[in-house]
Amino acid sequence: MSDAIKAATLEYATRLGDDSVVLGHRISEWVSYGPFLEEDIAYGNVALDYIGRARMFYTYAAELANDGRTEDDFAYMRSDREYRNLLLMEMPKGDFAYSQVRQLFADVYYTIMLPHLEQSKDKTLAAIASKAIKETKYHLRRSRDWVLRLGDGTEESHKRTQKAVDALWGYTHEMFDMDETERLLADNGIGVDVSKLRDEWHKMVSDILTEATLTVPEDSWAVRGGRTGYHTENLGHMLTEMQIVHRSHPGCQW
Amino acid sequence: MNEISLMPEEQYRRLQQRNAPDVKELWNLLDEVKDPEVPVLSIWDLGILRDVERDGDRIVVTITPTYSGCPAMNTITDEVVAQLNRHGYDDVEVKTALSPAWSSEWMSPEGRRKLRNYGVAPPEDADIDADGLTPDAHAKCPHCGSRNTRRISEFGSTACKALFQCNDCNEPFDYFKKI
Repeated sequence: MSDAIKAATLEYATRLGDDSVVLGHRISEWVSYGPFLEEDIAYGNVALDYIGRARMFYTYAAELANDGRTEDDFAYMRSDREYRNLLLMEMPKGDFAYSQVRQLFADVYYTIMLPHLEQSKDKTLAAIASKAIKETKYHLRRSRDWVLRLGDGTEESHKRTQKAVDALWGYTHEMFDMDETERLLADNGIGVDVSKLRDEWHKMVSDILTEATLTVPEDSWAVRGGRTGYHTENLGHMLTEMQIVHRSHPGCQW
Repeated sequence: MNEISLMPEEQYRRLQQRNAPDVKELWNLLDEVKDPEVPVLSIWDLGILRDVERDGDRIVVTITPTYSGCPAMNTITDEVVAQLNRHGYDDVEVKTALSPAWSSEWMSPEGRRKLRNYGVAPPEDADIDADGLTPDAHAKCPHCGSRNTRRISEFGSTACKALFQCNDCNEPFDYFKKI
């Protein structure tokens, strides 16, 4: 592996790990607040899948970095400016409709993206993708069911779900951006060219929203910055909570 | 003449692997390591235990997680090491393999029986739907055997299970998902 490819792969694994840990943490904020017990358990399980994914990506990043850092250093010892997650993942949990709409957007994205990553020439990234694909099928069925149920539900649930769709739509464009790092990896058969996935994502999401009697928003605004470390203020607050135990008791074991 | 295989190919290969003379004893010792979430199943039964090799005096054990976020992996690793240490193997390395991804196909026939007796319906006790996912009804109730059941949650007490309820005996039960 050339140095340039290695550095890009390290960055890429970190990005994918960041997306997973941030979304996983946001979902975990629902634990004990779910609308009913079974749903509470279900969503907690989805959070675990994402945090498990983050661990696999970070473990690989640490292996590539080979500078003594571990998966924990990637998760707990970087500040918000060093995080490279998509902004969509860091938005606060909001109401239940908001979280399920974000989940749907993410689940559809992974449903389309992971099979490409599974074809990666990088064996570790391919293995992580292949593990995650199976789980994502279950995640998508769950978030799709919720969006259908809420969108095509009561007047209040419809209103809130539409509001969530409109509020989050502008954060979805960033999922399909490519920069030099990702371009280099895509050209070398290691990373996924996500810029080619937008149409498929748009169609799948539109079909579900339409079935849920919701309106698919126009592309009128877009926010970007996560991949370069420019985040909304929400990430800082989230990381403070997520990292405090680790940073207060460095090296603590129990 | 073609031979008709009486067990799935994957099961057959796993059995061949554990019966290799130089490691057979080690596989037997590891039968004592149970899954902390489903304590009636050994890591062999569940298919988490992938390989056991000797590398000089060192024993290298390969395990694979059922789900990405399986919280039991650290405990399982510790118990594998402790079990082998107890039997005089001091140099033990536990590796985690992600590929090939774990499949419920790897569960042993004995494991499936134990699971059912424990009150958890094994993967083959429901017909998966067109998308290859858990159906919304008709998983066989491990308590009374009825097929008149319904899914009440996509995820049960752990990520590897879904929650069902039996309409006949009214008992809720876990179904071990096919994945």
